[in-house]
Amino acid sequence: MKIMVAIKRVVDYAVKIRVKPDKSGVETSNVKMSMNPFCEIALEEALRIKESGRASEVVAVSVGPTQCVDTLRTGLAMGADRAIHVEHTGTLYPLSIAKILKALVDAEKPGLVILGKQAIDDDCNQTGQMIAGLLKWPQGTFASKVVLDEENKVATVEREVDGGLETLCLDLPAVITTDLRLNQPRYATLPNIMKAKSKPIKKLTPQDLNVEVKSDLEVVQVMEPPKRKAGVVLSSVDELIDKLKNEAHVI
Amino acid sequence: MLRLISSSSKSKPYSSLSYSISIHSPSNNNNSDNNPKFFSSGFSINSAITAPLSQNRNGFPKFPAKIADFDQYGSRFRRVQDLVGGTRNFSSESSLCRESINYDVVIVGAGPAGLSAAIKLKQTCKENDVDLSVCVVEKGAEVGAHVLSGNVFEPRALDELIPKWKEEEAPIHVPVSSDKFWLLSKTRAFSLPSPFNNKGNYVISLSQLVRWLGHKAEELGVEIYPGFAASEILYDTSDKVIGIATNDMGVAKDGSKKDNFQPGVELKGKVTLFAEGCRGSLSEKIISKFNLREKGQGQHQTYALGIKEVWEVSEDKHEAGSVLHTIGWPLNHKTYGGSFLYHMKDRQVAIGFVVALNYHNPFLNPYEEFQKFKHHPAIKPLLEGGTALEYGARTLNEGGYQSIPYPVFPGGAIIGCSAGFLNVPKIKGSHTAMKSGMLAAESVFRTLHEGSPLEAFWENLRNSWIWKELYNARNYRPAFEYGLYPGLALSGLEHYIMRGKSPWTLKHGKPDHEATDEAQMCKPIDYPKPDGIVSFDMPTSLYRSNTNHDHDQPAHLRLTDPKIPELVNLPIYAGPESRYCPARVYEYTSDESGQLKLQINAQNCLHCKACDIKDPKQNIKWTVPEGGGGPGYTVM
Repeated sequence: MKIMVAIKRVVDYAVKIRVKPDKSGVETSNVKMSMNPFCEIALEEALRIKESGRASEVVAVSVGPTQCVDTLRTGLAMGADRAIHVEHTGTLYPLSIAKILKALVDAEKPGLVILGKQAIDDDCNQTGQMIAGLLKWPQGTFASKVVLDEENKVATVEREVDGGLETLCLDLPAVITTDLRLNQPRYATLPNIMKAKSKPIKKLTPQDLNVEVKSDLEVVQVMEPPKRKAGVVLSSVDELIDKLKNEAHVI
Repeated sequence: MLRLISSSSKSKPYSSLSYSISIHSPSNNNNSDNNPKFFSSGFSINSAITAPLSQNRNGFPKFPAKIADFDQYGSRFRRVQDLVGGTRNFSSESSLCRESINYDVVIVGAGPAGLSAAIKLKQTCKENDVDLSVCVVEKGAEVGAHVLSGNVFEPRALDELIPKWKEEEAPIHVPVSSDKFWLLSKTRAFSLPSPFNNKGNYVISLSQLVRWLGHKAEELGVEIYPGFAASEILYDTSDKVIGIATNDMGVAKDGSKKDNFQPGVELKGKVTLFAEGCRGSLSEKIISKFNLREKGQGQHQTYALGIKEVWEVSEDKHEAGSVLHTIGWPLNHKTYGGSFLYHMKDRQVAIGFVVALNYHNPFLNPYEEFQKFKHHPAIKPLLEGGTALEYGARTLNEGGYQSIPYPVFPGGAIIGCSAGFLNVPKIKGSHTAMKSGMLAAESVFRTLHEGSPLEAFWENLRNSWIWKELYNARNYRPAFEYGLYPGLALSGLEHYIMRGKSPWTLKHGKPDHEATDEAQMCKPIDYPKPDGIVSFDMPTSLYRSNTNHDHDQPAHLRLTDPKIPELVNLPIYAGPESRYCPARVYEYTSDESGQLKLQINAQNCLHCKACDIKDPKQNIKWTVPEGGGGPGYTVM
């Protein structure tokens, strides 16, 4: 069985971002970029499934500008067998990504698609669900445990939901999105990084896949949250009630 | 010790015995580079107070052990080691299964010196139609992440290395437009004649330049591996350096292996170049092992701590290329140091403060001096209305000509600031670091290609412009041993009259760590509270350095004797490390009994090495943490 893992190149989680002066977005030039942490977890899960013998190949996929190749190389160094880079500069929204991934799934025919639950730059939490919808495949999102049963072609996924843990049984092929507690991603070792340089990365464009990248969404403005105002020390309960009623309008 | 304890409960008796041998460092490699968990860290001190002592089934005490009993366990290990005999290369169990990769040249550190050496090597190979495999390891998460410098760049070395740097889009855009030098008092600024000649120089971000150099190196075929920390020097049986080994990754705080444990990798090179920057951890080991200071110019190295911020200021206040240096306030006349303020492009301004680490008052807090300085009426208006973007700190060499060590040792050489080629009166070290890398590359090529001795590097250094430059600059910094005004006077004499031809060479004063006076002889300094607009508290600043380390790893700051902070540093010197560290790694906090104990917040570390330099008893040893950790400088 083939596993396809979708990974995204995002601003590194340790970087302190700031908004561009023209408020069109977040400053991403001269800023460290790396693989989305949830995508790392997704890739790690795919690699573990492969190492347990339940999958034959792990294909890492990324959509974005040329520099995505670096992220894919990291994925290859962690242990992915092949990588596919769909090149597109410009903003990409989850639905476009989902459509591109659907086209790739139709071509590659994997038995399982694993993604991170969300990207840390936009926190959309939509791509996995959208792919499942487009492919009409079952989905197990926020997975904190994945157990594959090859013979019966079933995946048992424990999901982290607001009320606790929910266990789902999904018929394969399925889409799984990973949550934080699923696993601890491995380090890419130096020898593997060296070997990854020679692993193949296939280059495609959205046109090759007959996908039109357009969006109905447009980011109008990005602002920093307002600066926290200083607190006010009040002298009596009456004053508090008065302020809550007349200034904050909460009662 | 710690790793032994936690793993022996899982492993068979025999393997736990062999484990204990391999943990303990071999006796000939004193201060062995990968001497892990044998030393206690702040973590163990804290938990030692609360956790009870217990034994595992082999009779060895379980972690955490009480500090007072530390020596007792140490001797137990030595007995075990004597039984079976320590071997040279086993400094961790994982070394038994470490992969080994061979290169012609291994360079530690992807900074200006390391990358220039790599580039020059590949260029020389191309000219001679041969090839050499060159590998550069870098502990930062990416190339440039740990690079911090003023920086007014003299392109002299770059012109020699990559003459077409402008066409190749090097991030060098802003020529120096003005050069000011002020003597500050508390409220005023007195303009002095500028001792610098910055014509032809540029205001740059060295971090950006190094990134660009990294791309150039990769284009030429150099293999650069960021995120890998060289933690151990590899020797062969004749004590020749044959390469380095990287850190084990995925080791938990108590020394046990985590799920994602990866043993380090050995990178073996026919020649190894150390380009770790000022006070490089492995370079210092090499220098002491091969007595390179005595074989070189002879004097010890002296240092300064530079703390820097990059601000974005309002358009009307920004003047690209403007260069300002100040001396005087807030430092007193006995403390050498001053500030710099360089206007880069895009409304960005680099502002920083440098304090020589041979300061006397243990109550001095370089970070707070910097924050105080920003409130000076001549400086504050520039920053008001601006945003602080990045923060960082790094030590720099001030020893100059008198402190240059002999840079060649069996198996390699030390280049860049790890040796120490910074020109103090010019306050520039990037160009000499790059040139030293290039000279080393030439010698290395001849060694590998023709078999000529690597010692030729020393001769090439002495015949190069680095030597002339440092020789002419040698008497400026030592003059300040006599105080600010005598120093200025002597510097004036040196600059305008003697012009470097003085028949004397002044000596340095005491080594920095010995220069601290006892706390009882000095007055505590009262620093003003930060206002949050122009000056900030430490956590806010630290946040801007993007520094991060995986919290679950052994503390990389090792105390050779864990009792010394409470016995010496605190009572005699009032805990200076809690003041000079620009990242608040060291804090004295009270435990339940009200006693002050040293707490080491290793996660905050900026890799500046100030503690390694300034600790009065030289008890703090900075070792390299897991690769990829540390600051994330982008425009520094």
